[in-house]
Amino acid sequence: MSILVVVPTLLRPLTNGEKRVSAQGSSVAEVIDHLEGQFPGIKAKLVHGDRVHRFVNVYINEDDIRFADGLDTPVKAGDTLTVLPAVAGG
Amino acid sequence: MALHIRHQVLEQILAQARRDHPLETCGIVSSAPGSTVASRLVPMRNQAASETFFQFDSREQFRVFRELAERDEACRVIYHSHTASEAYPSREDIEYAHSPEAHYLIVSTWDAARVPVRSFRLCNGSMTEESISILE
Repeated sequence: MSILVVVPTLLRPLTNGEKRVSAQGSSVAEVIDHLEGQFPGIKAKLVHGDRVHRFVNVYINEDDIRFADGLDTPVKAGDTLTVLPAVAGG
Repeated sequence: MALHIRHQVLEQILAQARRDHPLETCGIVSSAPGSTVASRLVPMRNQAASETFFQFDSREQFRVFRELAERDEACRVIYHSHTASEAYPSREDIEYAHSPEAHYLIVSTWDAARVPVRSFRLCNGSMTEESISILE
């Protein structure tokens, strides 16, 4: 199942400068594993242990996966996975 | 490079910061296509609701950034307030800054603050202060 992944500026050095890439999988975790196969190092930027990094937001279409099933959130062909760095500070 | 910002927008940011005090406030200011002037204020909810931390609500952030793309606007300024310290980047401000193209505007509502508004570039762990040019 082909998923469109929108990559933030910060991670584009890992995707050869590409803003949009495609990946396969039936859950967010599988999509990220597939991305890692294509772009080594990207998984460590997104995931810590079994969760998304605290200051990274991952969306399926318009929904933040933290409010769904996290990395287990299912995805289907035609979905868009968007990564945005959280905007935060002290 | 200096930050160019509309006077009215800056006043609105200060008013928002005073209203939210002692909690930190936050938001962005966008610029119109082809312009570098920060002219449209978009206040954001501080999901952390904290006196020492701010974080954009992730769902609101997604909607706002998509709207910017649809309007062909740029996120020119990311602003937040400090309510018990100077308008100067904290360690976390520098660590979590991921937009080298944005001006990081900090306002202070602390009584003892020497300068209530300052602007910085934050990039890869480094910080550079810049001047603020206020336009009518």
